[in-house]
Amino acid sequence: MAVQFSQEKMNKVQEIIARYPEGKQKSALLPVLHLAQEEFGGWLSVETMDYVASLLNLLPIEVYEVATFYTMYNTKPVGKYVFEVCQTGPCMIEGSHEIIDYIKEKLGIGVGETTQDGLFTLKTVECLGACGYAPMMQLGKHYKEHLTKEKIDAIIEECRKNATINN
Amino acid sequence: MGVKLLLEKAHVEGIRTYEVYRREGGYRAAEKALKTMSPDDVVEEVKKSGLRGRGGAGFPTGLKWSFLAKPEGIPRHLVCNADESEPGTFKDRYLMEYIPHLLIEGLIISSYALGSNNTYIYIRGEYAWIVDILEQAIQEAKNNGWLGKNILSTGFDCEIYVQRGAGAYICGEETALLESLEGKRGNPRIKPPFPAVQGLWNRPTVVNNVETLSAVVPIINITGEEYAKIGVGRSTGTKLISACGNINKPGVYEIDMTISVEEFIYSDEWCGGIKNGKRLKACIPGGSSVPILPANLLLKTAKGETRYMNYESLNDGGFVSGSMMGSGGFIVLDEDQCIVKHTATLAHFYRHESCGQCSPCREGTSWMDKIFQRLESGKGKMSDIDLLWHIQFNIDGNTICPLGDAAAWPVAAAIRHFRDEFEWHITHAEEAQKRNYGLAHYADPLPIVQ
Ligand SMILES: Cc1cc2nc3c(=O)[nH]c(=O)nc-3n(C[C@H](O)[C@H](O)[C@H](O)COP(=O)(O)O)c2cc1C
Ligand code: SF4
Ligand code: FES
Repeated sequence: MAVQFSQEKMNKVQEIIARYPEGKQKSALLPVLHLAQEEFGGWLSVETMDYVASLLNLLPIEVYEVATFYTMYNTKPVGKYVFEVCQTGPCMIEGSHEIIDYIKEKLGIGVGETTQDGLFTLKTVECLGACGYAPMMQLGKHYKEHLTKEKIDAIIEECRKNATINN
Repeated sequence: MGVKLLLEKAHVEGIRTYEVYRREGGYRAAEKALKTMSPDDVVEEVKKSGLRGRGGAGFPTGLKWSFLAKPEGIPRHLVCNADESEPGTFKDRYLMEYIPHLLIEGLIISSYALGSNNTYIYIRGEYAWIVDILEQAIQEAKNNGWLGKNILSTGFDCEIYVQRGAGAYICGEETALLESLEGKRGNPRIKPPFPAVQGLWNRPTVVNNVETLSAVVPIINITGEEYAKIGVGRSTGTKLISACGNINKPGVYEIDMTISVEEFIYSDEWCGGIKNGKRLKACIPGGSSVPILPANLLLKTAKGETRYMNYESLNDGGFVSGSMMGSGGFIVLDEDQCIVKHTATLAHFYRHESCGQCSPCREGTSWMDKIFQRLESGKGKMSDIDLLWHIQFNIDGNTICPLGDAAAWPVAAAIRHFRDEFEWHITHAEEAQKRNYGLAHYADPLPIVQ
């Protein structure tokens, strides 16, 4: 996949840069990295980061530094669906560990691993600001809250269905 | 029912849209401020209200605003802190999700007061869907003349932009936030210079929490003087509390800071009591960084007085026997919870979130996490408890930013109040793998200290 934003995304990049004063386009780095991650397979390859650097007139190192600091940027390939389960105190007391164990068993992967078919990655994350609706996880742009084993089954089922439709 | 200033309209059908928000009295405060008040009048009103920062530190907002440097010819900025990542805290999310125009209106008024023509909302990256909600609200406000050029023909120009973070608790610290907004790693800056003098792009900057800036709307509507009459003492106005843990009704509540902690936990209007008829063991009343209290010290102060849900009362007893209001993240633990295990997750959290710039924080959080893992796996030694105590002691106050303190305090308080539970973990390592220490004496009445 050649790393190149579509015209539409390029317009979005320009719109983002315009939010900051002249010469401060480095501020666009986080938003543009989000955009790049969405566009180019859910993770940031060196090629992608270099491309973002060239777009914003930055040194590649300025981009690598940032990409590795923030946990939401994946610097390694991930599955099509990333289950990010919160494991901090308030979620822990509501059973997040059981949910994590259940996902592991169901998908046959450990934390940080991806299923062979490339569909699912399991990650543990720290408090996502949903402690009152625990246990919970992030899936793409949205939160899945009040998780139960049954809900996990349904979510996995739905992801598999969507993946077949989209292929 | 107590007074509601922020959430009163949050559940009106369609309140997310401009039309409904406006119909329900929205943008009246913005109109009043921009048309009938000078920027300094607005600052004065906020001062009179006694409003204190709702992000955790509780610093008086009006005073903070009055520190903003105003050098000729240099733009100033208002930045809204929507990073909300303190475990137990989910109140800003609630405001933004349910009644986004309240924040936008608060930002317009505050930007006017501070002279910010370009205002930024820095939101944690995980709240991705809320970015859409906010951008929609901004667009609607703009379409209706509340943003853009020459707002209400006052000559005041203002734009609001939403910037997404990317997963880093430290970016909630205001100088780390500014670094991040400049497209860098979230490493806190050494202060001084303070953001009020050199903030975003070295320009004078005010950083305020979502709830703080939303509260400016009712302050302008009812006047600072009236706002100050709500609540008690220096805890004026209303406060959002996000309650979670072993309670019947987890959720976000607006309180007027006159109710007792006991009422808040047991009344059906709020948390609705402890789940499954269990008993209360402990509580972290203001987000993961504030000291945990056992039930007996939570409900009553060491002097035997009722403890209330406000800044002063929660802090009564200082770090020896009190806690803090913090961010309002109220975490309740019942008799079945293990304090060591819960604190272990927090130690892990702070290790994960340390930016690594200062060695006491970087190394200290890493050691504490390792020791907690040892305790949890049944391999703890009695000396580990003192070791933890020493490590936290050496972090506290010796770092660039308060994350170090925030990592130290929960550990210090857990050991201070639950030392026998830690000891039991070590002397009964095998048993501790199977069952919890339980309620023990943590709810027993304490001898009163005068
Ligand atoms: C480690 C750390 C994390 C913080 N996270 C947040 C946060 O998520 N949201 C917030 O409003 N303030 C947070 N703060 C406090 C901010 O530094 C700052 O005091 C606050 O945004 C000021 O706004 P206020 O006066 O309206 O509370 C944090 C502070 C520290 C030290
Ligand atoms: S105290 Fe911790 S988080 Fe704060 S600057 Fe130092 S290392 Fe970074
Ligand atoms: S602890 Fe899991 S969302 Fe806060």
